Amino acid sequence: MTNSEQELRRTSLYETHKASGAKMVPFAGYEMPVQYTGVIEEHNAVREAAGLFDVSHMGEFEARGKEAGAFIHKMVTNNVLRLEVGGVLYAAMCRTEGGIVDDLTVYRLDEERYMAVVNAANIEKDWEWMASHHAEDCEFENVSEQTGLLALQGPKAEPILAKLIPGGGDLAAIPYYGARYKNLAGCEVLVSRTGYTGEDGFELYCKSADAPALWEALMSEGEGEGLKPCGLGARDTLRTEMKYALYGNDIDESTHPLEAGLGWVVRYKAGDFIGREKLLALRAEGVKRKLVGFEMVDRGIPRHGAPILIDGEAAGEVTSGTMSPSLGKAIGIGYVPASNAEEGAALEIDIRGKARRAQIVKTPFYKKTETE
Amino acid sequence: MELPSGLKYSREHEWVRVEGNIAVIGITDFAQSELGDVVYVELPEVGTEVEANNTFGVVESVKAVSDLFAPVTGVVLEANTTLEDQPELVNSEPYEDGWMIRVEMKDESELNDLLEADSYRAYTEEEGG
Repeated sequence: MTNSEQELRRTSLYETHKASGAKMVPFAGYEMPVQYTGVIEEHNAVREAAGLFDVSHMGEFEARGKEAGAFIHKMVTNNVLRLEVGGVLYAAMCRTEGGIVDDLTVYRLDEERYMAVVNAANIEKDWEWMASHHAEDCEFENVSEQTGLLALQGPKAEPILAKLIPGGGDLAAIPYYGARYKNLAGCEVLVSRTGYTGEDGFELYCKSADAPALWEALMSEGEGEGLKPCGLGARDTLRTEMKYALYGNDIDESTHPLEAGLGWVVRYKAGDFIGREKLLALRAEGVKRKLVGFEMVDRGIPRHGAPILIDGEAAGEVTSGTMSPSLGKAIGIGYVPASNAEEGAALEIDIRGKARRAQIVKTPFYKKTETE
Repeated sequence: MELPSGLKYSREHEWVRVEGNIAVIGITDFAQSELGDVVYVELPEVGTEVEANNTFGVVESVKAVSDLFAPVTGVVLEANTTLEDQPELVNSEPYEDGWMIRVEMKDESELNDLLEADSYRAYTEEEGG
């Protein structure tokens, strides 16, 4: 066993994954399931029925106190001040110079209690960045270790979850990007109607120690509905079909929200936040490159890092790409010059030294109504 | 793991079926299972010269890109173009319809460097840890 293997961390579901036949891989410092039975089968389960993911590696920070809302608001691009209790929003967190520190969701759990949910690979970096700005009148705590997180995603997610709550729990009352505390299988769970797949579904925050019992309860109630355990492989194909950004692939500190297509989560009028001035300047200047989605015309699968060519010249880079299980086509995401970012524009992708034709298409790549 | 006894196996997880001076080449059951769902296969054109232990093509699963290594030196007589539309045959029938190329061998003594089924099984067990 090498050192890097010894240092990998495990979620409380590690034994459950091993017993379910998962193939484990290193991801963001954790040993995580990449697949159980097969990426395509798991992907299709989420699109057609439901899938259950362990995403306990994600980080959770809690801010409590009078200034908690103002503190989180200052750190992120979206308007945290408008959040009501039980509300959730998606945002970017930027450096003063506009580079993306992380993308995250923010929950208002109570009047003076907020939670920021960050990418696993960025927990330490985000913690340092946020803690260095945090207000006197606010407690700020990293609760990642004690928090378990399951994602139940797919058209059958709600009926499956309802089976765990006597009387069904009135899940229909939880709006998209809303969250409520519920008792599930004897565990206190924050039920959030959010996800990373493009399907209806929930993210379920619980005590880390409760995660295995919650997983088992969901699997046994859900099996008859077609629920399958899903790994990070399917999570990636599902999010790519929606063109949801993956930190470290599509966005990082060298990219800013406007070019990454995240302008919709930047709220300039709601008060100051870190990076606001720079983003205002960038907006006034006009964005020079854009993150677009494309489909391959020629054979080949675009992969992260492959050069994008326009008129034979290097013009950008692929940030994510895969064979789309739902569309049966090779699709990709990448940055191109804003002057060449129109839908229908021709690109070439350099795959192993050969230029292969591709075309910019409308995103998300996958639209629910087309297949129903 | 399925390992037909009449075949030769390389340490890069390709199999060879010898038909006179012709080698039919594919990837092993072990390899396809490690890769997961195969979604793309790129093979050389007929007439291409392939060299033992050098790459002759690419196989891609949803997540990963892997090189294909030629177990023997020779000239490609035929490539399995069915795999362009049905790459999943590499998973479902690695030794039959999932074959990749037919090569006219230049030096049949290279076959001696390959493994029999039993020793290949032992090799994968070591490698798989």
